[in-house]
Amino acid sequence: MKNKESHITGYPTYAYVLIILLALTTISVAATGYHLGAYTVALALLIASIKVATVISYFMHLRSESLFLKVAVSGVFLIFTLVIIITFFDYLFR
Amino acid sequence: MTDHTVHTEHFDKEAGKLGMWIFLFTEMFLFGGLFLVYAVMRAQYSEDFHTAAEELNTFIGTMNTVFLLTSSMTVAMSITAIQRNERRLALFLVSLTLLLAMLFMVDKYFEWSHEFEYGVYPGSDVLKNMPHGELLFFGLYFMMTGLHALHVFVGMILLTINFIRIRKGSINQENFLLLENSGLYWHLVDLIWIFLFPLLYLVS
Repeated sequence: MKNKESHITGYPTYAYVLIILLALTTISVAATGYHLGAYTVALALLIASIKVATVISYFMHLRSESLFLKVAVSGVFLIFTLVIIITFFDYLFR
Repeated sequence: MTDHTVHTEHFDKEAGKLGMWIFLFTEMFLFGGLFLVYAVMRAQYSEDFHTAAEELNTFIGTMNTVFLLTSSMTVAMSITAIQRNERRLALFLVSLTLLLAMLFMVDKYFEWSHEFEYGVYPGSDVLKNMPHGELLFFGLYFMMTGLHALHVFVGMILLTINFIRIRKGSINQENFLLLENSGLYWHLVDLIWIFLFPLLYLVS
């Protein structure tokens, strides 16, 4: 960590990442044309999660950050997921 | 004061970045709270949310997604450019990011003014006469996209400061933490939109 050359990501990597993100967006928009019922939201959220993970790892360079930061970021998402689950338990089994 | 006074400026890049991430966590929970309200309301008024979401223009939403994703790439590339000491390229990439941000805002302006024309704006009579669920959907829609647009605006100010600093040379190959942290902020704006877009525009 100390005095280590900071990691430099090449331009092509970013371009590939953008292509993947745009492709996922296209799939997400195209999927609304099909009537998948309850799965529509699930699929949309799944694609959004993949996109978010890609942005965090590559654009925000989390993959080359310290383990501490990786754990912290995962922890925040975990807490938020738990908050949603607990809230819905409350609403559904009231 | 002796001649031997040495000024050592304390600078910890890791801490600077960590501080930015912690700030971003608070931002995630700010929007997280709104997402939570959205999830609960949607579960209770799913029919109304479907009908209301159909009113939104998916094309404009998709265009804005493309603008933000591309701008995220250009700002990430600008950091590579600064690390390789390619100043002119870095300046070009930051201005490209700014341009894409402006396109996002112009799009948003047209989208909102179109809705306002039909009387769809917070507190309007049209909204008041809608079924309760649709009123809630539009309330959340304006709150969430409005707060997001405010973040885009703040991001644009940050990018402008970075542009000036790169020009002046105070952001350079050795010292580019401000650009990195502004980049992180800009990506967060992108992250929030990645969730907002399908939840508001694609659920119909």
